[in-house]
Amino acid sequence: MKWLPVLALKLALLMISLGARAELTIEITQGMDNPTAIAVVPFAWQGPGSAPTDIASVIDGDLNRSGQFLPVSRSDMLGLPSVQSEVYYRDWRAIDTEYLVIGRVSVAGQMRIEYELFDVLRQTKVHAGVVTGAVSEARMLAHQVSDAIYEKLTGIRGAFATRLLYVSVTRVPGGNDYFRLTLADSDGARPIVLLESREPVMAPTWSPDGRQIAYVSFESSRPAIYRQDLASGQREQLTNFKGLNSSPSWSPDGNTMAMVLSKDGSPDIYLMNLASKRLTRVTRHYAIDTEPAWMPDGKSLLFTSDRGGRPQIYRYNLASGSTERVTFEGTYNARARVAQDGRNVVMVHQQNGAFHIALLDLVSERLQVLTATDLDESPSIAPNGSMVLYATKYAEQGILAAVSVDGGVKFRLPAREGDVREPAWSPYMGR
Amino acid sequence: MKHLPVAGKFITVLFTAAFLVACSGSDTKKEDEAAAAAAAAAASASAAAARAAQEAADRQQSLDDAAAAVGNVFYFDFDSSNLRSDAVEALNAHIAALQGTDRSVRLEGHTDERGTREYNIALGERRANSVRDYMVANGIATHRIETVSYGEERPVAYGSGESNWSQNRRVELK
Repeated sequence: MKWLPVLALKLALLMISLGARAELTIEITQGMDNPTAIAVVPFAWQGPGSAPTDIASVIDGDLNRSGQFLPVSRSDMLGLPSVQSEVYYRDWRAIDTEYLVIGRVSVAGQMRIEYELFDVLRQTKVHAGVVTGAVSEARMLAHQVSDAIYEKLTGIRGAFATRLLYVSVTRVPGGNDYFRLTLADSDGARPIVLLESREPVMAPTWSPDGRQIAYVSFESSRPAIYRQDLASGQREQLTNFKGLNSSPSWSPDGNTMAMVLSKDGSPDIYLMNLASKRLTRVTRHYAIDTEPAWMPDGKSLLFTSDRGGRPQIYRYNLASGSTERVTFEGTYNARARVAQDGRNVVMVHQQNGAFHIALLDLVSERLQVLTATDLDESPSIAPNGSMVLYATKYAEQGILAAVSVDGGVKFRLPAREGDVREPAWSPYMGR
Repeated sequence: MKHLPVAGKFITVLFTAAFLVACSGSDTKKEDEAAAAAAAAAASASAAAARAAQEAADRQQSLDDAAAAVGNVFYFDFDSSNLRSDAVEALNAHIAALQGTDRSVRLEGHTDERGTREYNIALGERRANSVRDYMVANGIATHRIETVSYGEERPVAYGSGESNWSQNRRVELK
């Protein structure tokens, strides 16, 4: 139960040794019917040599992936303005552009990106902004510009400047598969391997401030829960109980970890105070109780139980200690994750034998199946509640895929190599 | 004895010698016989013990062979942790082989890929526990059995479909 600083060194070595392995690619499979046409003109580079990162292309990719926007191809642009005086609205109206983004990038110690957003039809500047940060974080700065543009045009906070955790696996038939816990930007770029093991790695999850992660590793030949600080690489083993040690889930205030232990018999939900390491037992049932997920107010937990015969979602109220069943539609509902609004719950839902991702509105109690593929699992909802990332199988390969909460936008993120699974979308990153 | 005649001395010596010879002669003989008998007994006992040990080893070997012949993987039906009759038969062979030893075993529970990973980890544990409980009920001490569940994380067949799934729903005895 001690911090293991040796891992920080290992982490640093891994970051050096790993290039683009397990990098995700993106294939949009379904967009909105009438996406908004937006032109992101290549940003003017005001430093020496050529620009280190194509900022405009990162923004293009973000807006395209949202499914709500259709970026204008550079080859269709009649001019490449970088300041307002160079903007001729008729050039953009001529190619049916509704919005225009221009910008400039300079480096003086830090990178500085200035950008402006224009409404082509109204011929007005809608928004202007500046983001600054380390040159090495150029892509993250571009995602911040995307966030601002997205919010200005949709009214919803963008979630592009966020990160993903996922598990990738290289199959070794007849031997032990090779497991990697990977951290990447929300567009799959810049993957960093945090842990490599010949034993399974499971259930990655984020602390509410996005600074720490927790996961289950079998590296000791038994499952144990670890938490790890992303900045320092230091990690701590939280549990080493007989039986299951699984499903870590941080409370919204960051002080408590919900988890599943079977040390007292069957799998039950426990809460661990992360300061004192004291455990409180939450459920006490001979059935399987697993997959705890906190409601955003921290007052109740959703969990999966087969106490009714088949897996269904239940809700445990921490103050009253009462438990109520939440899902009634279908024979298999499991692994709930709750949006920040506390209303939308995504889960794995079985229909006609196939496993899909479904969204349950806790207020209207309406359940909507979002996906049409099979073996869909591990849904994780974006911090702005707009998209659900999940794992599925495509051409016998484990891939990540995403669907908007209204089911209208879909894209796939297959890995260039191996299987990927268990995506965990980070919370908003504090700045 | 100072004035004892020489003949008298001689007789005394002779007698003593004769006595000693007689005595020592009969003792040595008895001891040799006893030792020989003991040795023979020991030899036959150790031969018997060796025979018994050999027989026990042979018996254990044939139990081990029988256990090896049935394999160390027990298969399960979908979403079930009930022991199938083929699994019970195989398990009985392992229990028989374990009963004469103090060997420890590790039971690893696995599932197919359907359903969520965390639910499957719990289901894999249920399977390992159901094998453990059967072994304990048949005389194998609990402390000799370690269980661990890998859920769906360690498939032996990577593809989808029942032909692959049925190979992955298993408990491995190691």
